[in-house]
Amino acid sequence: MNKIYLDHVSYVYSRGTPYEQVALDDVSVGIREGCITGIIGHTGSGKSTMMQMLNGLIKPDSGKVLIDGYDINSTVSDVYDAWSERAEYAMLSPRKRKKKMQQEIRERKAKLCFRVGLVMQYPEYQLFEETVYADIAFGPRNMGLDEAEIRARVLEAAAFCDVGEELLQKSPFDLSGGQKRRVALAGVIAMRPEVLVLDEPAAGLDPLGRNYIFNGIRAYQRKTGSTVLIVSHSMEDMARYSDDVIVLSGAHILRQGTREEVFAHVEELAETGLDVPQITHLMQLLRERGIDAPKNVYTVAEAATALKKLFLTGGDA
Amino acid sequence: MSEIFIHAKDLCFSYTDEEGREENPALQNFSVDICRGEYVAVLGHNGSGKSTFAKLMNYILEPTSGELTVNGLDLLRKDLSDEEILDLRKNVGMVFQNPDNQLVATIVEQDVAFGPENLGVPREELRRRVDSALETVGMSAYAKHEPHRLSGGQKQRVAIAGILAMMPQCVVFDESTAMLDPGGRREVLDTIRKLNQEQGMTVLNITHYMNEAAEADRIIVINDGKLLLDGTPDEIFAKRDVLTEVGLEVPQCAELIHALRAAGIQIDGNTISSPEACAELLQKALNKRAK
Repeated sequence: MNKIYLDHVSYVYSRGTPYEQVALDDVSVGIREGCITGIIGHTGSGKSTMMQMLNGLIKPDSGKVLIDGYDINSTVSDVYDAWSERAEYAMLSPRKRKKKMQQEIRERKAKLCFRVGLVMQYPEYQLFEETVYADIAFGPRNMGLDEAEIRARVLEAAAFCDVGEELLQKSPFDLSGGQKRRVALAGVIAMRPEVLVLDEPAAGLDPLGRNYIFNGIRAYQRKTGSTVLIVSHSMEDMARYSDDVIVLSGAHILRQGTREEVFAHVEELAETGLDVPQITHLMQLLRERGIDAPKNVYTVAEAATALKKLFLTGGDA
Repeated sequence: MSEIFIHAKDLCFSYTDEEGREENPALQNFSVDICRGEYVAVLGHNGSGKSTFAKLMNYILEPTSGELTVNGLDLLRKDLSDEEILDLRKNVGMVFQNPDNQLVATIVEQDVAFGPENLGVPREELRRRVDSALETVGMSAYAKHEPHRLSGGQKQRVAIAGILAMMPQCVVFDESTAMLDPGGRREVLDTIRKLNQEQGMTVLNITHYMNEAAEADRIIVINDGKLLLDGTPDEIFAKRDVLTEVGLEVPQCAELIHALRAAGIQIDGNTISSPEACAELLQKALNKRAK
């Protein structure tokens, strides 16, 4: 079941100027509900543009962005015929009907930023409150929740992101880089978005910090069944954490499918200039040496299993 | 053994809080010698003290106690003159993480000229230095471009050129590739290697990426302000358990060799820091098994 569907979406930056650049060119792709989908591609491949479309920050030049089947950029004329049949509209005069539809569309748009949580690159630069608690509570408070519910949400989000209770009354500016990043993530998770979109969530973190962030994201996803999209350069991280993978290249979708399906084409991906997991590269080097090393290996555990077999059988191709 | 460029012995450094009280030491009894022309990677988790170490190198931070000599200048002397500090900073350049924070001018070549111009380098010499620095980093074609239209990797290379134009003897890279994509990272790493090999520049590369550290000649690992490990990449990555304990990892290839050895498979040899070397080891081990 697709939670999100991009239907023939195109977008061009600075159209009609010498700097005109096609970011997405007639892209159609579905994103499965309740999965972690990794979006891989090098700089300029269109992945950040795609991500910002999901909560309406960027509107496609053409095509539709559907969430639960509903076009998030709908106008009254788009929905007029379909909605007119609904009971609450059927009795109204055309003018009132139009007005009420406008209002409903506006409300839906306003709610979109709570339903689709966006975690930008280096989100710790966006921390601003006096305490960690207040910063995480900012989103839920703007949703109009009551204090008790806000508190519950903050504590829940802090637990997912491994932000200890002793940190909640501290100033976010007294924390380490890794802690700040986790607080920023908790601030988005506290809104309990159905769709969580993250742009390079682990950039610049050390290996431990990276594990904390990815484990936090996965814990949230598994517990709530929400849909998660992670934009990343790192095939190694995506091989480890995602269920599905979309590969963007030059404003087009190069590959999409489950992690296994996409990584089976890992050499083709390398040709487009993407960083192939080192372990996959090693398997290729072994094949060049006449050793029967398998192709679709992208984690250390899989490589170890495959090579153990080779050592048992002698290893000749 | 060539000449020592950086000498630290029992070096300590503590940041002070707003009231001037010393906080927990960021570096404690830290001792290391780095020779002229070495390419050293510095590893450690966030907050381990590795950036502090970098900032001590050209006196952005003032050491608290111990010994620290860089390029023959004793940085614990109380009577350091402005000229001496300026000369040190001319010789030890730094490239930081965020490419957007390091460019000051609106044209690439003006940005590269900013440092040497402030050092009072005469005009013809300035032209020569800017051109040669841009050539070294492969950005000559962009001399008249606007920096903000460049990619991250290109911006970092311009930042490096700005340092090179001051003709330093050592460049410290403080997580300079952290914000770059794989292509940009490759560009910067190739530039670092070229500086080291062709110009004999002393290089310190502070990084989180194990694959990046593997390209250096030597790795030092800092943990909680102390020197934890010091050796070649092969030696360091052989100590997987020590690294894991302090929140670091080894490259995937090295991890695989460890996993196979743990399963009782005999693999001889220590060269585990590059995929090519690992492939060689595995092939030998397989051949041996086949016989």
